[in-house]
Amino acid sequence: MRMSGTRSLATLARLLLLAGLLVLAACGQKGSTGKFFGSDVTGSEFGKDFHLLDPDGHERSLADFRGKYVVMFFGYTQCPDACPTALARAADVRKHLGPDGKKVQVIFVTVDPERDTGPLMQEYTHAFDPSFLGLRSDLAATRKVADDFRVFYQKVATGSSYTMDHSALTYVFDAQGRLRLIWRPDQTADQCVSDLRALMKPNHSFWRWFS
Amino acid sequence: MTRFVLAAALLIGATSALAQVTVKDPWVRATVPAQHATAAFMQLTAAEPMRLVAAQSSVAGTVEIHEMAMVDGVMKMRAISGLDLPAGKTVMLDPGGYHVMLLDLKGQIHVGDVVPITLEFEGRDKRHTTIDLKAPARALAESSPVKMQMK
Repeated sequence: MRMSGTRSLATLARLLLLAGLLVLAACGQKGSTGKFFGSDVTGSEFGKDFHLLDPDGHERSLADFRGKYVVMFFGYTQCPDACPTALARAADVRKHLGPDGKKVQVIFVTVDPERDTGPLMQEYTHAFDPSFLGLRSDLAATRKVADDFRVFYQKVATGSSYTMDHSALTYVFDAQGRLRLIWRPDQTADQCVSDLRALMKPNHSFWRWFS
Repeated sequence: MTRFVLAAALLIGATSALAQVTVKDPWVRATVPAQHATAAFMQLTAAEPMRLVAAQSSVAGTVEIHEMAMVDGVMKMRAISGLDLPAGKTVMLDPGGYHVMLLDLKGQIHVGDVVPITLEFEGRDKRHTTIDLKAPARALAESSPVKMQMK
């Protein structure tokens, strides 16, 4: 929503009133899911940025995806369930959004960079949706990005090798690169679609009027 | 509906004829070329108490029985020494619970490939029986239990 110079002051006043009401509504919904199925974490002090490598070895950060709704998940390719489920859900969500699906960039960050090489991340993410991006880094940078997003993970020896315990939450950014929502693993694709549509509606991203 | 119903017929020695395990809907998650591990899922029903104690497959260097659990939003997976099958009760090996983990894969598993798996069970009398089954590979993105049941 852009303010044009020809708009009357009355329109501006109405918009400001609407913005004010939305702020009040947002405050009133504090602590509940409100209009989102996911947890609204707008304004949180974590998950501000990341610096990771794409499968070609180029550094990528959040600013590269400005204008896109970034949907980000941490996991590993040997994961038998949570990761393929979250990625399959993300692929469904993009499909259900129709043309708006193109506004969504799904990013899969590995917490197991020792086994998840660049080529493996590429093949794995593309098996779900060719638009998905797999990001990785060295052990230290992986730990840093996980800490920055409050993602828990740890390497655990089991059987003949090891597995990765990891949080199974999905992080959703708006087109301005602000962390807005966190999706639980049991949230359905339809609920995720509803959340993204709500984020994409201009009146739900009223902050842009002030930025 | 792809459905494999196999019974433990190959009994070594004079094991009771009741020592049967039915395997239903086995499937394996397909892989991408660089991937060296995947999981097999199925439903097991034992006629009398049995324990799944081991598994082998020609497509994998190592096969383990794993348990997965979501604890406070954290996905955890562990190898277990065996899986108890109470009499007459179907035990689901499905995404989100138990699975047979195929490690050190010898090659890519494509959608539609049929993966041979041998399950080894131990009865209360400590006798071991095996079942050979063939598990078709489903797409990597196959994960929702709802979707599985609709097939």
